[in-house]
Amino acid sequence: MTNTLLMDRRRLLQGAGYISLAFSIPAIDALAQAPAGDKPRLPGDLNSVRKIGAWIQINADKTVTLLIGKVELGQGILTAVAQICADELDIDWKQLKVVSGDTALVPNEGVTAGSFSMPNCGPAVRQASAEARKIMLDLAAEKLKVPADKLTVKDGLVSAPGAGSVSYWDLAVGQALEREATGAVKPKAAKDYRYVGKDVPRLDIPAKMLGEEIFVHELRPKGMLYGQVTRPPTYKAKLASLDSSAVEKMPGVVKVVRSGSFLGVIAEREEQANAAAQALFNAAKWDVEKGLPGNDGMPDWLTTTKPARIIETKKQPRAGGDPAVKTMEATYYRPYHMHASIGTSAAVATMGADGVMTIQTHSQSVFETAEAIAKMLGLEVSKVRCQHVQGSGCYGHNMADDAAADAALLAAAMPGKPIRLQYTREGEHRWEPYGSAMVMKAKAGLDKDGNVLDWDLHLWSTPHGTRPNKNPGNLLSARYLEKPFAIPTPQNNGGPNFAADRNAIALYDFPGHNVLTHFITEMPLRVSSTRGLGAYANVFAIESFIDELAVAAGVDPVQYRLRFMKDERARDVIVKAAELFGWDKWKKREGRGRGIGFAKYKNIAGYCAVALEVEVNKRNGRIRVLRAAAAADSGHIVSPDGVRNQIEGGLIQSLSWTLKEEVKFDDTGVTSQDWASYPILTFNEVPSIEVALIDRPGAPFLGTGEASQGPTGAALANAAFDAVGVRFRRLPLTPDRVKAGLGA
Amino acid sequence: MTAFKLNQKDVRTDAPATSPLLFVLANDLGVNGVKYGCGKSQCGACTVIVDGEPVRSCQTALSAVAGRSVVTLEGLREGGKPSKLQQAFIDEQAAQCGFCAAGMIMQAQALLDRNPQPTESDVRTSLNGNLCRCGAHNRIVRAVLRAAREA
Repeated sequence: MTNTLLMDRRRLLQGAGYISLAFSIPAIDALAQAPAGDKPRLPGDLNSVRKIGAWIQINADKTVTLLIGKVELGQGILTAVAQICADELDIDWKQLKVVSGDTALVPNEGVTAGSFSMPNCGPAVRQASAEARKIMLDLAAEKLKVPADKLTVKDGLVSAPGAGSVSYWDLAVGQALEREATGAVKPKAAKDYRYVGKDVPRLDIPAKMLGEEIFVHELRPKGMLYGQVTRPPTYKAKLASLDSSAVEKMPGVVKVVRSGSFLGVIAEREEQANAAAQALFNAAKWDVEKGLPGNDGMPDWLTTTKPARIIETKKQPRAGGDPAVKTMEATYYRPYHMHASIGTSAAVATMGADGVMTIQTHSQSVFETAEAIAKMLGLEVSKVRCQHVQGSGCYGHNMADDAAADAALLAAAMPGKPIRLQYTREGEHRWEPYGSAMVMKAKAGLDKDGNVLDWDLHLWSTPHGTRPNKNPGNLLSARYLEKPFAIPTPQNNGGPNFAADRNAIALYDFPGHNVLTHFITEMPLRVSSTRGLGAYANVFAIESFIDELAVAAGVDPVQYRLRFMKDERARDVIVKAAELFGWDKWKKREGRGRGIGFAKYKNIAGYCAVALEVEVNKRNGRIRVLRAAAAADSGHIVSPDGVRNQIEGGLIQSLSWTLKEEVKFDDTGVTSQDWASYPILTFNEVPSIEVALIDRPGAPFLGTGEASQGPTGAALANAAFDAVGVRFRRLPLTPDRVKAGLGA
Repeated sequence: MTAFKLNQKDVRTDAPATSPLLFVLANDLGVNGVKYGCGKSQCGACTVIVDGEPVRSCQTALSAVAGRSVVTLEGLREGGKPSKLQQAFIDEQAAQCGFCAAGMIMQAQALLDRNPQPTESDVRTSLNGNLCRCGAHNRIVRAVLRAAREA
């Protein structure tokens, strides 16, 4: 198996020997090729990119190339779809090469986000591979003169009993796969898989452990120069004046690029570019605005600012019955969070002599970002090519796309020279699009036994989606250019339960159930998609509140949840997490507590329940998580260790959010500018974690990457309550806040 | 001109003596196993071993390593093969994105060099200044303990 870092089209054609013609430029655009009405619905993204050859090529060198539009973010997607492809094609997976996220080569599968890769790319690859195998079998049947159903395949060699054999590579001449999938071929049964469901080592890990070139930060094309940008002091500041002559004379400085309030620099060395960018900042005079609400003022700002839309996310008034005998209410707050990638965002851009801007980027949306950049530069869309190369984990829309755009802005000013740019830590911390702050107010009407009769959740949020989406106004620097692009008004796209209101509809079966979303489009701080969008905050509120109701009713929190949960798979993960934790055997000790949380991500993806134990130090307010147990159901599991890794990693990230994280800002700007002012969880604070997986062979693949964060946050707050009898509703649960709560 | 040993080989570079070692390694000498994460010694992604000690190369000037021995992730390979520690990271699948892995491995190698049989607590304490955002911490700890066990 080859892990392709970058593959240009020529290399792909020549290196592979190129038997089956598979693509042509312009790229196969999934989203532009809407299927005609009379065509069968095909699985996942195959429905929009219907040609088998767009996904799979049989190469002369006895390999197969799988082309996908989804990209590797460290979630293991390339390995998982390779497992599926090798199984359905009946090849040894060492014979497989994967090419992903190159706008000139692969199917456009939109954005790699929202835990949609396994649900949309997985089934497409499975069906395309199954159909490619069928084509090979039919060709072999003809050649060997044996009926196709008598043939067997191993490692691409098709054999007939007593009639010889022929390999895929002997068969696949000409246009074999240049046809649309039919949907008529049935994929294998789960029991017949050789790779799917097994722990196979991830394809990209050895390179990362050995120091082989794999990250975009490691690209060093010949003649490369280094770029850096100079941001204004505040979001809306304007460059009043600048004398850049001294900066232009600094060592190594090749060019200062200025357009409106956008400032950038190109230098011979990376540290020279960084120093010059800082010097430009110091030399510039800016008109600065004030007026941000500040992090402490944010909850009030959310509930007092006029929303652009009030959305009835769910409206299910209770039909008759007795009035509630008791009402409970609680308000929860989640602050702004950073994506906080360990590596700052980077890109390499080159303006070619052919007028094509080629950008190596770790964007999650190569096609849409390429189009946004083309419009920003005034180029035709076909003149910008993005190639995905891995970056530091992003956990949503971080600054990957901004880095691609900035590298392109600088490269456009110096045609022929590859420009690599990696942001400074401060540049990333202060300017990335954060996960939105949110307020959630929960209210329940209860019967005499404390059971829920009426459930209401009202939430207030700024947007969760400002991805490039083909619009230059979503690229940070484009807003500051001489001819600036306006920030488009963000939408709360995707229907109920999708963005700010993601997971706002509890999965529990309550007689009355209403959810109201106050969607505010004004953005004091820049925001965009951060792992789980609104789900983390909404699940934190829902699962904290149901715990409050259970306590008020005097019922065990696990049993209380099960009273209202009809979904069997949900019940299974709740029970499994409790079992794994040892819920029923657990004995209360002074200062210790246990808590549980559950969610089915988006109510359509992976199920996850998390139970954990904490110790609260009443003297210093510190919460220590002692251990955690999670149970997950991601449908049919392709890579058990991949699922475990996602659940575990999501759990740890959520502990970090819940215990420590809040973007700090004053009335002018963000003051969280490094890891000291925005601390995250460290090794000594990470508990032991057990994960139990419930496999559902034959069931649809369910996304997993965002399943454990919501349940973890609530489980932690619930455990803290269990430990000290104080309910913490405002995140994060820092020692100061805990101490204040204990003193109250 | 600054001369030092990089992964057992003599190297010379005419990069400015005040340049951060990180950028000299990554950009002049083609080393992949050092990463810029913060530039402030807060995250550990740039960790290399200088004369046996783990050092944050982002805040180490090139001049500080003149005549000394610098080891990066690439230099851990034994006879072209992954070292025990590298292999343990692969076997434990101790990463998601893997951007922090190079610094983690170098920090852990420095620990194992002075304490070949660390406890779990030793490992966590030693790695506490290396940040991981994906949540691969427990896998990383298991990998270091495995390498110690198998050494």
